[in-house]
Amino acid sequence: MTILTGAPTAHESAGCEPDYVQLLTPEGQRVEHDDYHFDGDDDLVRTFYRDMVLARRVDTEATALQRHGELGIWAQLLGQEAAQIGAGHGSRPQDFIFPTYREHGVALVRGLDPGRLLGLFRGVDHGGWDPAEHNFGLYTVVIGAQTLHATGYAMGLTADGLVGSGDVTRDACTIAHFGDGASSQGDVLESFVFAATYDAPVVFFCQNNQWAISAPIERQSRTPLHWRAPAFGFPGVRVDGNDVLATYAVTRAATDRARAGEGPTFIEAYTYRMGAHTTTDDPTRYRSGADVDAWRRKDPIARVLAYLRSRDAVDDAFVAALEAEADDLGAHLRRQCREMPDPSPLAMFDHVYAEASPEVEAQREGYAAYLAQFDLTGAEGER
Amino acid sequence: MSKVTLAKALNAGLRTAMEADDKVVLMGEDVGRLGGVFRITDGLQKDFGERRVMDSPLAESGIVGTAIGMAMRGYRPVVEIQFDGFVYPAYDQIVTQLAKMSYRSQGKVRLPVVIRIPFGGGIGAVEHHSESPEAQFAHTPGLKVVACSNPVDGYWMIQQAIACDDPVIFLEPKRQYHGDKAELDLDATPDPLFTSTVVRRGEDVTLVTYGPMVRTALAAAEAAVADGRSIEVVDLRSLSPLDLGPVIASARRTGRVVVAHEAHVNLGLGAEVAARVTEECFYSLEAPVLRVGGFDTPYPAARNEHHFLPDLDRVLDTVDRAFTF
Repeated sequence: MTILTGAPTAHESAGCEPDYVQLLTPEGQRVEHDDYHFDGDDDLVRTFYRDMVLARRVDTEATALQRHGELGIWAQLLGQEAAQIGAGHGSRPQDFIFPTYREHGVALVRGLDPGRLLGLFRGVDHGGWDPAEHNFGLYTVVIGAQTLHATGYAMGLTADGLVGSGDVTRDACTIAHFGDGASSQGDVLESFVFAATYDAPVVFFCQNNQWAISAPIERQSRTPLHWRAPAFGFPGVRVDGNDVLATYAVTRAATDRARAGEGPTFIEAYTYRMGAHTTTDDPTRYRSGADVDAWRRKDPIARVLAYLRSRDAVDDAFVAALEAEADDLGAHLRRQCREMPDPSPLAMFDHVYAEASPEVEAQREGYAAYLAQFDLTGAEGER
Repeated sequence: MSKVTLAKALNAGLRTAMEADDKVVLMGEDVGRLGGVFRITDGLQKDFGERRVMDSPLAESGIVGTAIGMAMRGYRPVVEIQFDGFVYPAYDQIVTQLAKMSYRSQGKVRLPVVIRIPFGGGIGAVEHHSESPEAQFAHTPGLKVVACSNPVDGYWMIQQAIACDDPVIFLEPKRQYHGDKAELDLDATPDPLFTSTVVRRGEDVTLVTYGPMVRTALAAAEAAVADGRSIEVVDLRSLSPLDLGPVIASARRTGRVVVAHEAHVNLGLGAEVAARVTEECFYSLEAPVLRVGGFDTPYPAARNEHHFLPDLDRVLDTVDRAFTF
């Protein structure tokens, strides 16, 4: 019997490579792993590269829009592009993705217009995209709550007979995204219990970016996070979260396993939050520049470009065209953000219930009448 | 159908709903093999299978959270919270997720989840088994809250709650589960779910209540006849939304209103009823709207609960007070 002792300092600092699945080194060298393999071609790697560049551009533009006062706040993904793009491509269209509020890269892969993400951060809505359109759920702000929704949805997939048929276009699973901070939430641990005991087809994808606002991973866990999974009765794997080939391969294996009816998997994508928690945060108050510099040398995008260049799989024209595409995306985001109308005041009363409540409707009418006194067109519900 | 208890009526209502729609699933602690600690789901797992009557791990947040996921997948989960005081571990999922998903998604995600909660005291239980948390849920936009008071309402209201596309907190008066029996007319047309109803006509004072206190109120009204006092009793049934039409119509006739509930009086449903009745028919009132309910203490030890719970005498004492202004 193996006893995991869990030394208090079992976390690896940036200077010491942790034990994880890696298929592409920070220098862009392909390496092999005994259990996980990347079987894609250069086209797929180019797609990963493109999506990571675009995801970073979304993040950069949105951060700038916040600085210009166009967004109230923005939660940055900088540094986590490989984790998100790999996880996004590791799912199939019929899989349902439950994000937290930083999964802009996953949203991009799923086909959601990144401009749709801005409404929540601009304060014009709480999300509001149709989750069914891209099987991509709404951003969830209360940390970890969505892991239970992902588990319940997965239980529903099982009940619907959509697991284990062997038909890859039909069988489905869910992916629950969360972070190292959320790993301390009871809901996340309860979702492990439910997923395990119902053998639900759910993949728990934890981006361990080392920081929950100012709290380091050591405040969340005494042991590596992926050690938790076996205690619940399903496998846990740690992957280099800055290696898109590895995050893709590990996610693909885990989702294949879930769809095949073999139950949940926990993935700890070991990465780093290069930016602030959100645009309201100041990380210089709690962490050193040396750590950030060490992680900058593990940049998820640079290593893919180095790899593609080493294979002559991209040329300057490709890089320039991608840069132009990113510029267009940036312009689209800026325009979409600034043109986003404020909601009409009376829209506040919409959709509280499926079957309207007479009380809310009375308040709507009362407020419309109140506004009408001031001759505001809002009383008509439009402006 | 012969006369049935509230427990049997709820069981029959759940069975009918499950027969009518195979998306209806039951989830909760001990609801399967055991049939629930109050036996409300007795026999349903045997007849509908483990897929549809699911014995859950002992984690209320997990139960409600996974029910939300099931609902997103197209199911209509009916969750049993074992006792009122055990709902708080699920409070976050109910208030921050279940109640807000329709609003967050601008109506694109509907969560037709029913959360059944046996509520109220009077059964001599230990701490956390006798509470009345309705105001906490009625205060939350996005939830609908109903309380049944008798077998006939139990049978129909549970089916109506399951058919509702909104999340419904469904409160069951646990001390009535195995109490008075009533005849079920399966061909009857029930009142709509979110309506209140006058359950006894009277002329002198309007007594407004719901859930376990309806029985007490009716007994009080009967006892008051000897004093020559005629009490009209309104069963609210729906606590959110409130259907105060019958209450206001009654208040305009009687001029006096008393609200009774087991829950703590401070900021309870009675406060809301009092405020709205006062606003709607101020000039019809002969006295302030009075409240009688549980004291603003935690629920006491069982040997004291008969002092805490408003009984027939305390209700009539408050009714008397309404005639002193």
